[in-house]
Amino acid sequence: MTQAYIFDHVRTPRGRGRPDGGLHSVPPIDLAAQTLKALQSRNSLDTSAVDDVVLGIVTPVGEQGCNLARPALLMADYDQSVSGIQLDRACSSGLDAVNLGAAQIMAGQAGMVIGGGVESMSRVPMGSQGGAWPRDPAVISKTYFAPQGIGADLIATRSGFSRSDVDHYALESQRRASHAWQQGYFDKSVITVVDDLGLPLLSRDEHLRAGISLEDLGALKPAFAAMGEQGGYNAIAQQKYPDVFAINHVHTAGNSSGIVDGASAVLLGSEASGKAAGLTPRARIRAFASVGSEPTIMLTGPAAASRKALKNAGMSLADIDLFELNEAFASMVLEYMRELDIPHDKINVNGGAIAMGHPLGATGAMLVGIALDELERRNLQTALVSLCVGIGMSVATIIERV
Amino acid sequence: MTHEFNTLRYSVNDQGIAILLMDIPGSNANVMGDAFRDELSAAIDLISTDQNIIGAVLSSAKNDFMAGGDLNAMVELFADVSDPAVALDIANSIKPTLRKLETCGKPFVAAINGPAMGGGLELALACHARIAADSANIIMGLPEVTLGLMPGAGGSQRLPRMIGIQKALEIMLQGRPFNASKALELGIIDGVVASDSLVEAACQKILDGVDAQKPWDEKGFRLPGGSGFFDPDLGNLYNYLTTTICRDTQRNTPAPLALLTAVARGTAVPFDAGLHIESCYFAKLILDPTARNMVRTLFVSKGELDKLRRRPDNVPKARFSRIGILGSGLMGGGIAQSAAKAGIDVVLLDISDEQAAKGKAVIAKAYDKLISKGRMTRDKADTLLAKITASGDYRLLADCELVVEAVFEDVALKQKVFNQARQHMPADAILASNTSSLPISELAEGLTAANRFLGLHFFSPVERMPLVEVIRGSHTSDQTLAEALDFVALLRKTPIIVNDSRGFFTSRVIAAYLQEAFAMVAEGISPTLIDNIAKQAGFAMGPLALIDDIGLENGYKASLAERAALGEHWVEPAGFKVQQTFNDAGRLGRRAAKGFYDYVDGVRQPSTAVAALYPPAEGELDYTQIKHRLLYVQALEAARCFEEGVICDAAEGDVGGILGIGFPSYTGGVFSLIDTLGPNRFVAELDQLADTVGERFRPSQWLRDRAENGSKFYA
Repeated sequence: MTQAYIFDHVRTPRGRGRPDGGLHSVPPIDLAAQTLKALQSRNSLDTSAVDDVVLGIVTPVGEQGCNLARPALLMADYDQSVSGIQLDRACSSGLDAVNLGAAQIMAGQAGMVIGGGVESMSRVPMGSQGGAWPRDPAVISKTYFAPQGIGADLIATRSGFSRSDVDHYALESQRRASHAWQQGYFDKSVITVVDDLGLPLLSRDEHLRAGISLEDLGALKPAFAAMGEQGGYNAIAQQKYPDVFAINHVHTAGNSSGIVDGASAVLLGSEASGKAAGLTPRARIRAFASVGSEPTIMLTGPAAASRKALKNAGMSLADIDLFELNEAFASMVLEYMRELDIPHDKINVNGGAIAMGHPLGATGAMLVGIALDELERRNLQTALVSLCVGIGMSVATIIERV
Repeated sequence: MTHEFNTLRYSVNDQGIAILLMDIPGSNANVMGDAFRDELSAAIDLISTDQNIIGAVLSSAKNDFMAGGDLNAMVELFADVSDPAVALDIANSIKPTLRKLETCGKPFVAAINGPAMGGGLELALACHARIAADSANIIMGLPEVTLGLMPGAGGSQRLPRMIGIQKALEIMLQGRPFNASKALELGIIDGVVASDSLVEAACQKILDGVDAQKPWDEKGFRLPGGSGFFDPDLGNLYNYLTTTICRDTQRNTPAPLALLTAVARGTAVPFDAGLHIESCYFAKLILDPTARNMVRTLFVSKGELDKLRRRPDNVPKARFSRIGILGSGLMGGGIAQSAAKAGIDVVLLDISDEQAAKGKAVIAKAYDKLISKGRMTRDKADTLLAKITASGDYRLLADCELVVEAVFEDVALKQKVFNQARQHMPADAILASNTSSLPISELAEGLTAANRFLGLHFFSPVERMPLVEVIRGSHTSDQTLAEALDFVALLRKTPIIVNDSRGFFTSRVIAAYLQEAFAMVAEGISPTLIDNIAKQAGFAMGPLALIDDIGLENGYKASLAERAALGEHWVEPAGFKVQQTFNDAGRLGRRAAKGFYDYVDGVRQPSTAVAALYPPAEGELDYTQIKHRLLYVQALEAARCFEEGVICDAAEGDVGGILGIGFPSYTGGVFSLIDTLGPNRFVAELDQLADTVGERFRPSQWLRDRAENGSKFYA
């Protein structure tokens, strides 16, 4: 089997996902095009060598619809011979884009592929696409539908994570992310997003709350209590988990992932294609896997996906130096650590989406880049990247430095 | 020009308008059936092909417009349908005719002269315009979902296309009837006119011009307020409704969700495709036993019991103008309220005038509460209270036609008050005990006029609970039974006739349930899990939360009394040791702030003490088995009652279980549950539970024989 290597990766800073956010004035196609453009220029890439551009977009409607990948690469002045595809598995889409690119390379059907993602949550709000899962009565009923936040609170309830536990986790995410930014750990991969004229617009994450205290976090109101009670979702969760007396609503805006805008891109290729382009491989994709898990609690898939990816790689947990698990909610990270017995100092070492935000379709590829940079900085070898996914799924990818 | 029909009066007036008056023979109300459908179809053909006819008015020759479907026929029709194609045929039986009416090219105006419910309203909706008489008699509605069904004659598709999805769903999911002015406000009808000129007004409407084409048959039709799955507001509405339906029904009654799905999916496509979707979901409800079981028990059987179907013949109907009640506590007071409400004078007796006055004061307070909520007037309360005489003087029983005893569950005390009452009440008056479990024949020992003695087991709170268990002791005469049934009917409650046994029928069944829940606690299954699964099984609240709320002590004392009474014949109930342990530990329930749960500032929460008392069961629990235990233990006890002749009629057992002790109504009752499972499967499930849980589940030879013969409780 051909090996799939990572040559480079870039990402935008994450702008607050609101009309006053730093990236709100930038259309999602420009966010995607600017990351593609950056990859091209940093690597003096002859883009005709790229076979395909795969972009994860979780809300692929409106200005994010109609296969954004293809017009984005044309906007980035890529050669017209490059094809583009948009994909959506929900939250892992950016990682799926990397995996699909790698799979094409491993299967010998492509030489060089870019996997990435984009999401302007301020311009195309979450849920705009509708869908049968949250809207068709037959589906809502059959799948015991409950929103993600209810699943997060349910995990906390069942595993006994208190409000204090999840707030402590959130505080540490903020501390680590601030520290990483201060130390410049992110500098080499975060590009400056420019405006319509080409002048700098944003070069730092905006969602971060440096210096936030436990008291600040503790003052926030539970985000999902009202929907759980009045909307009936707590009852649905208890139908699935009748051992639960009452759901403890511990999650707030402060210990859940932030709503942000952003884009990411990872340049992947075979050894031969890299050589031809004069690129040095930085890591290889060892293995990846996806799983379905119980859809009501929804967010407990990463452990199974990780085990499956490890199995595909012929590795064990002990072989992994660093873990990146998307911080959709604090409880699901704590649950992952509990289930796989992962110490906190090996996971999300530079913070995560609680501090920096989760630009849905872009996040997975961002995590690959963050993990790789940190492996290099610490001179470690292997990282496992995973995300929990809507409707009860998860995807995991193992990378290894070369 | 006239035509001869059996179910329709057909004429054409000199304006060229056909007048169709529905008049279905053999019934006071117009009930939709095959004959009517065929004749309506023929009439539509006549009207559409006759060039001299410009339109038609559809009304009724009876007091109602049309009541809808025939529930008795429905129970028969739906029985044992298992072929989807057959179910679809049933679902499609009236649709093509109404669609033909709608598309025949000539305007039909429904002149709604009286109640138009269910299929009756759907028929009106198929017409091109609707006007109603300005009459208090007019109610309309689509109540199908309350019967476990959904509108199946196009109503689920026409109504949302007329008034929008949100309003249509409100009407159909709640099933509540509405009057003509509300219908006008909603846009369901086009006008309200004086009753005596209804048909004339309908004719005038045709002359003024009525579009014979429905909006949804025109190109580019859009539903008012939108449709489909792109609209976020509709999407949120569907999500909210589905979630709350799943919560409120615990997924046990399929009708509301079927209706909602048919509306959501059916309104996203053209009308005829929508009609097919409606038929698919209606057919699913036919294939599911729930609707049939619910209609049979809650409407057909209950209706028959209310009409005293099993009352002994040849006993003249008894009248009751004055009754006595012994004991002015919760039950006595409740019976007094029910009797006063039925216009009966009540002598409410207790050990002293003061004690009785206290009992009456509780009633007065209950009325005050109703008044403050605007649900009773001061006048009404005063009238009712004037009917109740509170006293400690047994001589006031002199003119009573019936005396109900409602004192503590103590044989000696009861016999004492019986003898006291007998001394003062008329010799031929009926004496009844409201005991919930003490055998009537034992209570009758040493009593004079034992033939005029029986049990009338009311349920708490009496003023709200609709059932009375009428217990026939070994000496109770037919006349006494018949007259007691008359009394129950006068109170507008539903009687079931039960032969004597310790615990009679309902108390035996619910005791088996509670004991099973206690036994589960001893196995280390958490009260939370037991109660949540009970709720999923369809009980309004979990058994352990219920016991905590009413207090554990009385049930425990009843077990002790039973042990004392039965001596060596006593079989220790499955949960007796738990009752004993909790009683001894003072875990008596909410009032003690501890029971199966802890209560902190009155708020229920899981108890670590209980978890310590009974360490959690190891290994994975089988939730389905827990649910089966809670349901089947009751069905099994009911079957034992049937085997012993305590209950003789499956309909009575089914109605009694649902109305008396809150057995889940979606099952149709304890016996319907067994029939629905099938006798073979029921016995097999019991054997499996006996093997894994305890011998108490072992089916009797009688049950095995029935399974062998395939005998069902309903023929």
